[in-house]
Amino acid sequence: MKDSRLTQYLPYLVVGLLALFPLVESTFYMQLLTKVLILAIFAMSLDLLVGYTGLVSFGHAAYFGLAGYALALMAPKYETVSLWWSLPASIGVCALFALITGTLVLRTRGIYFIMVTLAFAQMLFFIFHDTKLGGGSDGIYIYAKPLMKLGEIEVANLEKLEHFYWLVLILTGATYLLLHRILGSTFGRALLGIKVNEHRMRALGFPVFKYQLASFTLSGALAGLAGYMAAVQYGFVNPEILSWHQSGAVLMMVILGGMGTLYGSVIGAFAFVLLQEVLSNQAWFGIAAKHWQLAMGIFIMLVALYMPQGLAGLAQKFRRKPAEEAADE
Amino acid sequence: MDFAFFLIQLLNGLQYGLLLFLVASGLTLVFGIMGIINLAHGSFYMVGAYLAWSLSSMTGSLTVAILLAIPLTVILGMGLERLLFRHLYQRDHLYQVLLTYGLILVFEELRSLIWGDDVHGVAVPALLNASIPLTENLSYPVYRLAISGVCLLLAAGLYFLIQKTRLGMMIRAGASNRDMVQSLGIDIKLIYTLVFALGIALAAFAGMINAPLSSVFPNMGGQVLIICFVVVVIGGIGSVKGAMAASLIIGLAETFGQVLVPEVAGMIVYVLMAIVLVWRPEGLFGRS
Repeated sequence: MKDSRLTQYLPYLVVGLLALFPLVESTFYMQLLTKVLILAIFAMSLDLLVGYTGLVSFGHAAYFGLAGYALALMAPKYETVSLWWSLPASIGVCALFALITGTLVLRTRGIYFIMVTLAFAQMLFFIFHDTKLGGGSDGIYIYAKPLMKLGEIEVANLEKLEHFYWLVLILTGATYLLLHRILGSTFGRALLGIKVNEHRMRALGFPVFKYQLASFTLSGALAGLAGYMAAVQYGFVNPEILSWHQSGAVLMMVILGGMGTLYGSVIGAFAFVLLQEVLSNQAWFGIAAKHWQLAMGIFIMLVALYMPQGLAGLAQKFRRKPAEEAADE
Repeated sequence: MDFAFFLIQLLNGLQYGLLLFLVASGLTLVFGIMGIINLAHGSFYMVGAYLAWSLSSMTGSLTVAILLAIPLTVILGMGLERLLFRHLYQRDHLYQVLLTYGLILVFEELRSLIWGDDVHGVAVPALLNASIPLTENLSYPVYRLAISGVCLLLAAGLYFLIQKTRLGMMIRAGASNRDMVQSLGIDIKLIYTLVFALGIALAAFAGMINAPLSSVFPNMGGQVLIICFVVVVIGGIGSVKGAMAASLIIGLAETFGQVLVPEVAGMIVYVLMAIVLVWRPEGLFGRS
C-alpha cells in the first residue's frame, strides 16, 4: 500500500488545518464550522450504535437535546456557570437517561427498536413541549456561556468565537480518538461480533445485553456532549432540538458519510451542513431556497437507494484497483 | 364526574381509538406482511385530510370529496409501491427509515407548495350536523358517532378480508413465506402492491373523515404517526387484532388522561408502552 503513509497522517493534517481556521477571520464560517464539528460528535456517537453495534436508533436527538436542557436548567439565570461541573453533570444526565431507556428498548429488535427509540424521544419532546419545566415550546435562553477557570486563571473565554471553536475542535478529536480506541479493544470487537451475529456471540459466552447497554449508554453520553456544546453555541434550547427531524438528520449524516467508519460521520456532518447551506441559499436558488427541504428529501431518498455505503464507500470503491474488483467476482 | 360526562368521554375515547386503528392497521399490515417500516405513513393521513379539505371546498360536499379522494390515494399508494417501496423489501431497515424520512420531507414541502401553510377548517356534512341531547346542557355530536360507526364497519371488513377470503389467505401466506407463495403461481408482487395501497388508503381515509374534527394543518401526520407506532408496539407487529386492542386502550387512556390528569396526559401512552415492553416485549398479540 503506497498511500498508507498519507492516510496515516491525513487526520493530523486535517486537524492542523482546522485549528488554523480562525486566521480566516470570518465569523460566519467559523460559526458554521463549529456547528459542523458539534454535529460530527453527534454523528459519531450514533455511528457507534448504528455502524458498530447494529442498533438503528431513530431517537438519538433525545440525548442531544436533553444535555442542552440539562445545562439550561442547571445554569442560574443571568449568572455564569462553571463548565467543569455543568458539562460532566449534563453528560451524566444523558448517560443515566440512556441507561434507563436502554434497558427498555434493548428488549426489542429490528423494526420494534426503531419505533421504540423514536417513541421515547417523542416522549421527551412532549415533556419539554407541553409542560412548564423547560419553558414550553418557546424554550429557555442561556444568557451567558459557561466559564472555564482554573483557580483565578481563565483557561478559555467561550464568549470568544475562536476559543469556543478550538474547544469544540479538541472535543471532536478527543471523541474520535476515544471511540477509535474503544472500538479497537476487545469490547469493540465484541460489539462488531454482536452486530454480525448476536446469537453466536451469546453462544460464545459474551454478555450481549450488557455490551449493548454499555454501547447505548456511551452513545447517549457522547450525544449529550454534542448537545451541551450546541446549547452553548446557540444560547438557547427549545423542543425542536430533540424533535425527530433532528434524529433523522443525524442518521442521514451517518449514512451519507459511510456508517461503521467513524471518520465517515465527520465527513457526513460536513457534507450534510454544506448541502443544507447550498440548498437554502436564496442568492443561488431564489424562491426555491424556501422549499429547500424538498431537494433535501429527494437527495436523502437517492442516498438510501443508490449510495448505501455513503461517501466513505464511494471513496473506497475508487481507491480499489480494477484487478481487485475482478478478483472478487 | 357524573354519568353523562363519563359517557361523553367514553364515546370520545372509543371514537379516537377507532380512528387510530384505521391508521395503525395499515402500518401494522405493511410491517407484518412486507417487513417494511414506513415513517411516511402519517404523511398519507395528512394527504387525506388536505384532499378532503380542498375537494370539499371545490365541490361543496365532504361526501363527494371523500368519494373522489379515495381512488386518488389508492393510485398514489400503488404508484409509490411500484416506484419506491418495491426496492426496499430486501434491504436493511436502516434504509427503509432513511428513504421514508426523505419521503416525509418531500410530502411536507409539496403540501406547502400546493396547499400552503395555513390551518383550515372543514364543514361537517349537513346530514350529520346534529347532536343528541344527553342532559340539559350536555349533548353528543352525531358526526362523531358516525365516524365510530364507519371505523367499526371498516374494521369488520378488514377482518373479513384477511381471515375469510381467498385474497386474505394469499396475503397471510405471503407474510409467512414469500417464495413459496410465488412458486405456487400467485402473483406476490401484485398482492404487495394491493396491501400497500390498502394501508395507505386507510390512513388517508382516516385523515379525511377526521378533518372536520381536527381541522387541517401542516405536520399533522407526524403526531398521528408516533401514536400509531406506540399502538403497533403495544399490539404486536403484524397483528390487526392487536392494533384494534391497542388503539382502543390508547384512545381511552389519552382521552380520560386529558380529563383526569391533564398535566401528565402526554406521558400516559409512553408509560403504557414502557410497561408493555417490560411485561411482553413482543406486544399484546405479537408472536414471540
